Parts: sequence; C-alpha cells; structure tokens
Amino acid sequence: MNPLPSASLPLMDDDEPVFHHAVATRNACKLCTPLGACLAFRGIEGCLPFLHGSQGCATYIRRYLISHFREPMDIAASNFSEQSAVFGGASNFHQGIQNVVKGYRPRLIGVATTCLSETIGEDLRLLFHQYFSKHWEEGHPEMVHVSTPSYSGTHMDGFHAAVRVVIETLAVGGPRSRRVNLFPGMVSAADLRYLKEILSGFNLPHTLLPDYSDSLDGPSWGEYHKLPEGGTPLDAIRAGGSSQVSIEFGRTLAEKNTAGTCLEEKFSVPRRLLGLPIGIRESDAFFKLLEIVSGHTLPARHEAERGRLVDAMIDGHKYVARKKAVVYGEEDLVVGLAAFLAEIGVEPVICASGGRSGRLIESIQAVAPELAAGCRIMSGVDFMDIAEAAAAAKPDFMLGSSKGYLLARKLQIPLVRVGFPIHDRIGGQRVLHLGYRGAQQLYDRIVNTLLEHKQELSHVGYSYL
Amino acid sequence: MNTPENFNEPPVLAIPAAEARAQMLQIYPPKTRKKREKQLLINDPTAPPEINANSRTIPGIITQRGCTYAGCRGVVIGPIYDILHITHGPIGCGFYSWLSRRNLVKPRNSDETNFMQYSMSTDMQEDQIIFGGEKKLRAAIQEAYDIFHPKAISIYATCPVGLIGDDIHTVAREMKEKLGINIFAFSCEGYKGVSQSAGHHIANNGVFKHIVGLDDTPVEAEFTINILGEYNIGGDAWAIDQLLQKCGIKVVATLSGDVSYDDICRSHTAQLNTVMCHRSINYMAEMMEVKFGIPWIKANFIGADATAKTLRKIATYFESQKLKDRVEEVIAQEQAELRPVREQVTARCQGKTAALFVGGSRAHHYQDLFRDIGMTPISAGYEFAHRDDYEGRAVLPIIKIDADSRNIEELEVTPDATRFRPRKTEEENARLAAAGFSYKDYDGMMREMKRGTLVIDDISHHEMEKLIELYRPDVICSGIKDKFVIEKMGVPCKQLHSYDYGGPYAAFTGAANFYQEIDRLVNTKVWQYVTPPWKREPRLEARFTQQDKRDKTAAGDEPKKYGRNNGTAAASEV
Repeated sequence: MNPLPSASLPLMDDDEPVFHHAVATRNACKLCTPLGACLAFRGIEGCLPFLHGSQGCATYIRRYLISHFREPMDIAASNFSEQSAVFGGASNFHQGIQNVVKGYRPRLIGVATTCLSETIGEDLRLLFHQYFSKHWEEGHPEMVHVSTPSYSGTHMDGFHAAVRVVIETLAVGGPRSRRVNLFPGMVSAADLRYLKEILSGFNLPHTLLPDYSDSLDGPSWGEYHKLPEGGTPLDAIRAGGSSQVSIEFGRTLAEKNTAGTCLEEKFSVPRRLLGLPIGIRESDAFFKLLEIVSGHTLPARHEAERGRLVDAMIDGHKYVARKKAVVYGEEDLVVGLAAFLAEIGVEPVICASGGRSGRLIESIQAVAPELAAGCRIMSGVDFMDIAEAAAAAKPDFMLGSSKGYLLARKLQIPLVRVGFPIHDRIGGQRVLHLGYRGAQQLYDRIVNTLLEHKQELSHVGYSYL
Repeated sequence: MNTPENFNEPPVLAIPAAEARAQMLQIYPPKTRKKREKQLLINDPTAPPEINANSRTIPGIITQRGCTYAGCRGVVIGPIYDILHITHGPIGCGFYSWLSRRNLVKPRNSDETNFMQYSMSTDMQEDQIIFGGEKKLRAAIQEAYDIFHPKAISIYATCPVGLIGDDIHTVAREMKEKLGINIFAFSCEGYKGVSQSAGHHIANNGVFKHIVGLDDTPVEAEFTINILGEYNIGGDAWAIDQLLQKCGIKVVATLSGDVSYDDICRSHTAQLNTVMCHRSINYMAEMMEVKFGIPWIKANFIGADATAKTLRKIATYFESQKLKDRVEEVIAQEQAELRPVREQVTARCQGKTAALFVGGSRAHHYQDLFRDIGMTPISAGYEFAHRDDYEGRAVLPIIKIDADSRNIEELEVTPDATRFRPRKTEEENARLAAAGFSYKDYDGMMREMKRGTLVIDDISHHEMEKLIELYRPDVICSGIKDKFVIEKMGVPCKQLHSYDYGGPYAAFTGAANFYQEIDRLVNTKVWQYVTPPWKREPRLEARFTQQDKRDKTAAGDEPKKYGRNNGTAAASEV
C-alpha cells in the first residue's frame, strides 16, 4: 500500500510516483487526443468535426463514440493517401473542406490533426490561410484548428484543447454582462442537461461549452438532419468574452492553459476552478459559487434534493460503509468519484487513471482529506497495473467505464458503470454523475448493485435484506 | 441463387432506379459527380455494368470505410487468439482495435491465455516520434515474452511508424532469433490503400509467409477443409463447425475466427479450401493453391438455401456417396427443424424490402437470408470490395491496377518443392467439371440481384438519405456508423459487422436467429410513437399518389405502403 504523501509535500510532475513500470501499455485506461477534440466539437451548434489525416482515425473515433452514445456522429476527414503522407495534405484539405461546406453547410468546422499530419508537420495556419485566400466568401463557416497528436496526452487533453481553441478564436470582449461561462469538461449528456437546468434555476444567462446534451442524445427525427440540433450556440461562445465569470470543472487543470485562463488573460473574465461537482462537498462548492455569482439563494428544489440525498445516505449507509472500491477513468472524474465514495463511507482502495497531469494525488487529497493510508492513487497506469494492484486490495466493487469489465469478471465483483465509454449497457449518455441529483442516482445504483450481488450469492435467497 | 430473369417481371423498384440515381447524383459538384456516377449503377444481372469499386473516397465525404491497420490487425489477424498482438504506435489505434469486433473465441485449453482480451501498445510518445521507436518496440517484445511466453508475437505499424521509418521487420527478425519464438511484423500503416481492404491483403501475405505450413502433421479425418474468410462474429464459425461435424467434415482451420496459431500452421494439410468472404481472403486461397495444391471453392453458409447448396458442393467435391447421403440427411433434418420458424416469419415479412451496405461480402451473402423469408433486396453495395466482388471473377484479368493497390506487395508464390500435392487428378477434375462443378466460382453480387435494382459502392450519407426518402426500405443492413443515422429516419437498421450483440446467423441454426431478428425489426410497433414529418406538416406531393399506384403494380395483390409509421400508408394522409 502506498500511503498518501503528506499535504505539505509539493507535488510536481516529476515528483509524482510512477506506478506504470511496464514498457508497453497493456489495456489502456485512456483514449487518444483527437477523440476528445471531436466530442467537444460535437457539442457546438452547427459544428462538424474534421480530422486532418487518414480516414481510419475518423472511422475508429466515430465507431467508439457511437457505441457509447448510440446516436449519429459524423466526423469528416481529409482522407490522406500515401501520396499525401509524402507530399503533404494541402489539396486533400482544400477538397475536403469544400465538400464539407457544400454537403453539410456547417456553421463551424472544428479541424483536429491526427498523428499522421502532426508527424509530417502539416502547418495548419498556412493551410487555413491558403484556403481562405482562395475560397473565403460571405457566410463561409468559421474554422478553428486544434493540434491533437495522439502521442502527446490523452483524450482529455484533446477535449480541453478543443474547448480552448474555440474560445480563443471566437470569444470577443465587451461590457461585462451577467452571463456565466461554464466549461464542464467531459461529462454525460444527462449531466449537461442538468447543469443547464441548474443555471436557469439561478436565473443566470450562460455559455455552457461544450453542450452535446441534444446533439448526442436527441429524439427520433423521421427525416435526416445533416447536422443534429443542439449544441452551444456560436453567439453564446462569442459572448463568453464579456461574461462576469468562467467556471471550469477539473481540479487537475490548475496549472493548464484552458478556455478559462484564456478568457482571464484576454478579457479579464475571472476564472473559478472547481472540482467536478460529484458528491455532497463538491456539489456544495458549486452551488455556493452560483449563489454568489447570481445573488440568489439556493433554489428550494436543490435544497430538497440535497436533503433527500442525505436521508438516503442514512438509510443505506450500513450497506456501503467500509466497502472497498476500485475507481478508474479520467483523472477529474476519479477525483470526484473518490470524494463521493469517501463521503458515503466507501474506501476507494484504488484510484487510477491513464492520464498523467501530475495533480491526481493532491487533488484527491484536497477533496477528500479523510482518505489516508490504504488509498492507492495511481496516475499514468493501464488496466494491467490496476489489475495487479486490485489483486492485493480485495475490492468489493468497481466504479468506472465498460473497460473494467474484464477485471471485474476476473475478480467476480460487480461493476457500476459510469463515465466513458459504456458500450455494454444502454444509456451511457444518460448516466447522471453531477450535483445532488447525480449523487443520489449514483448512490442508489451503488447500494442496489451491492445488494443484488449479496442476494445472488446468498444461500438463503430472501427478498428482504 | 441465380434465378432466370423474367424480362416481363414488374420492376422491383417503385420509382425507376434511373430516376433515383439522377436524384442522388444531382447535388454533387461535377468532379465528384463524375466519380460517383461510376459507383452508383443500375443492375443488369445478365451483363453487370462496370463499377468503379476500390477507388479512393473523396475527402470530406463521410465514409463507412476504415484503414489498412483496421483491416490487418482488427479483421484478419486479430482473431488468432494465441498470438500476442503488439500495436506499435500512439495509443488510439491499439485501443480502438481492442475487442471491438465481437469475433468470439474459446481457447482450446483452459490454461491458455486468450490474447484477444489484451491490447498491447507501445503507446509512442513525442520523444519516440522524434528519436525513433525501435528501442521501445524491442523492449515491449521482450517484456511481453517474459510475462506471457506466447507461441508467437505479431507487430502492427500505425501511421507515424511508417513516416519516421522504424524498421519493424528487422526488429521482429532480431527478436525472433533472440527469443526463439515466431515473431513477425506488418507494415499496415493507415494511410496505405483505399480502405481496410489493403490491410486484408497485407495480413494475408504475412500469415501465408510466417505461419501457414509450419507444421506438417496431418489432421486425422476423412474429409478435411479450411474455411477462409469467416470471422466468427457472434459465433457464426461455431454454428458452421457444428453443422459440418454432423456431416462428418472436419475443419482444420477457420481464417480467422476462433482459430489458434497451431490450426493455421497446419492448415495447408486440408483437402479443400472453402472461401466465405472472397474479398478479404481470396489472396490466401490463391497462394495456398499455388504452393500446396489445395483447390478452392466459394462457399456461403448465410441463408438456409445457400447453406444447403454449399454443403452439397463440398460433398460433390469429395465424390463420396457416403458423404453425399449424410449431407442430404443433415439438410433434410435441419430444414425440417427450421421450417416452422421460416414459415411463421415469412408470413409476416413476405413482400417487404431490404437494402444492404456493408463489408466486402456480407452485403451479398445476407441477401440470401432475406430471400429465404420472401423479402426483396432492392439496393446493395459494399464498403470496401473490389470489382470482382460485384461483377464476378471473370473481370479479374481486366481490372486496372491503380497506384494504391500497387503499393501492396504481391507475393511471388511457387509450388513447394516437397509439399505441393494436387488434391485431385486431372481425370477427377474433368469428371467434376462434366457434372457442373467448378472451382474459384465467384460470380459476384450483381448477377444475383434483380434487374433494375440499385448497386451503390461506398455509399455516402446523402445517397442513403435519398434512398430512404424514395423507397423507405423496411430494413437496412449496415454498420454502427450508419445505424443511428438510418434509425433517426425511421427505418430499422441491422448491424452486420457486430450483429447488434446477436448471432450466430450462419448455417441453419443461425438462419433461424436472423429470421426472428428481422421479424422483430420490421414488425416492431415502436415506430408508431414517432411522429413522421408528414404528420407534423401535411404536404401535398404528387409523387405520393404515383408511388402508391406503382406499388400496387409492383407488389401484385399485396399493395406496399409508402410510409410504415403507424401502420398507415402515408399516401392516405395526403
């Protein structure tokens, strides 16, 4: 067991203990950068993601996102050939963008680069310049570019970088408004809908970026829409430069250049960095900030939800207290889930992520100081590392994406599916994680999963437990 | 199978295919239109028109196609469960090819590791892109060996590897010598070739060079065959294997579904190769014939009637009365078991229409299943097939080799000095030919589709949208990338890559599963809750009335309905 380093220990990237000692990454606990960028672009109204590179990346990323969201997910590509790999992809880029403009009539084209175009050193600024000097006309869609080589960072880095370039490119300054920017990070469609409900409840005009709550969880259409409805409106993004505050979720983003820091530097919009509001404490912090920002007290409905959540915890604590869990996924998701588990008396014996921001340990420590020794926090790991650690930790259940199923099956313990990707259950996009309501749903699911497991293993088989 | 075309038969499509084709092509700019014109054809089964298949997808047109790496690592070699696969590259490619194809496997012995559950990647970082990744690859191979002691290790290159010039083949060779196990590499960078099809070819070459023929121990059985181009999606290979076992036919190796390294090592001892997916594996069949003298025939275990036909063809090849009798017995028994399901489903599905846009053989094979239950395929096309898969192997000599295909190595294969053994004498072959038996008999998809149906290669979203608008097929078969696009438009979609978590659909037992699945899809009541556009905003279009008339003529006594929603004809709403 690795006890947590003491709070006074400054933790920089290089100081972070290394848990991954293998050469290869064996069953990765992270995805590639352009996937994150494409997902973020999909959450902008009228935006079409466009990968500059080979078509296989678009296909792989589409199939992966679709298997989670079960919604159309179009990503265009410049379809590099061997020739473009050698001589550059300029002509493919021009042709691809023109076809996308004609065929899809997007309002924004979100261009992300792949390993291929990054390795050969494609100069996207030059390509944009050349393209616009030839093809710009009134009403041409906006274009943004994010650099996303998969050999640097994870899907989360791609996601945050895409949000940043959109803000960087589009946001304009102006007289300070009541508007609030909220950059939630990679959360579910249900989370996004709930966040909008919360902000509206505080009567706050807002820019929620990205917002794929409709574009990746929409109704049946009856006829084909080239681009799905929904997403953050471009005007809202532009107005983000004159907002009163930017709220950004993700404790591990503390030192990063993000959309929030960009607006702070450019337009002096103050940035408030919070953890993902998972569980009571992190949600309290979020609602508290909204009270200050809006000048309104917490609406009664949220107060009531918080009350019910605490009441449920009283009802169920005997089923979860002292249970041991393995939590894995994106770093900020893990931080939030660890905080929540600590609140309900579960010991997150392993908190693991494939990401490596260098801030996982201190973030968990800050949000759940009661988690002392016995909680093993591992960043930069793969599922084999997690499996090795889990063998010793004897967990009661796992909390994370479908990718943990193999391990859960081996350990014969239940897996509560949260985060991304969930491709062996329906409704991954509708899993609610955030706020009091999300905590309530997570709580009920965790308790019921443990009850079900106990009931199934019981020799007696009573229906009262 | 090929039914003689009746020229007076009413047209299959309510709206003439030419009109639909024109509407589909209309929006394209001239250059794009010129290209798509050659990929969007009106079928003539007696003289299939030339199709411009296996040509590059136009940038910015969103395609179903994947990449060379996907075809090599994901499709052909991935399913060999006891080879340890290492993806050399950044993390994405390895992650996406990690158990995402539902090619099921049961290790032969309980103590074996099923490597399909693992996704090993060198997870290249920026410094390896700059300074080279060979060192890390070498270390990863050593590490994999130390942990697992596999029989063989296979290495796959992703885009950056080819660009920075890592010599993966030399690394493989050196590590093979050092560790004493079989280690080989594939230059399957994603930018090569037009689609995943290039990856299939590269994989065929590698498996043939590095695995086939390593073990001469013959398989003890009277009738031995290999099944090539069967990937055990949803357990198809198991259903086929069970059926063949009943008949007394032994499968040496299935490439590549539920298959072990050892199976492939001795696959060259089989008496016959049967080819399921012609597109992905014909290279292997050809090379095995030249080197070892194993002839090949086209097989299709998708659809009850197709399965029966394939069984009879195999029995004919072996020229054994005992086998022929047994095969007839099994067919009779299986068909009898299947009949009640088939009849029930046919009663509910008769006269409905289907369209299929998938794969390199599935869009063809699955038409047989639909015909089994009285449904008509009105349009079909492949994702990554070549001309021969559409027009038949007769066009092989005249296919123009383009630059993309030329990039892929063609192995020079010669008869093996000691192991080349023709499986049949010239007399036997003459006798078989006289009885109407032929080898390498793939006539392609178009000869089996009706006159006037639409054949669309590498279909685009726009064309799919038009197809649905004009014909509203009762079901469309495709893959996950289109599934939800199609269903958003109110048409059920059956995934034929992953089977929507269902299957098996092969052989007679699988056919029953497929019939029931299609029955569920086309007769579901869920669409009644969708408000179709024409109910939200009633519109008057002459086409609707005309459509209705044409439907009546086309479908005879059972008038087809334009809209399926709510069980009422859209025409009646106007």
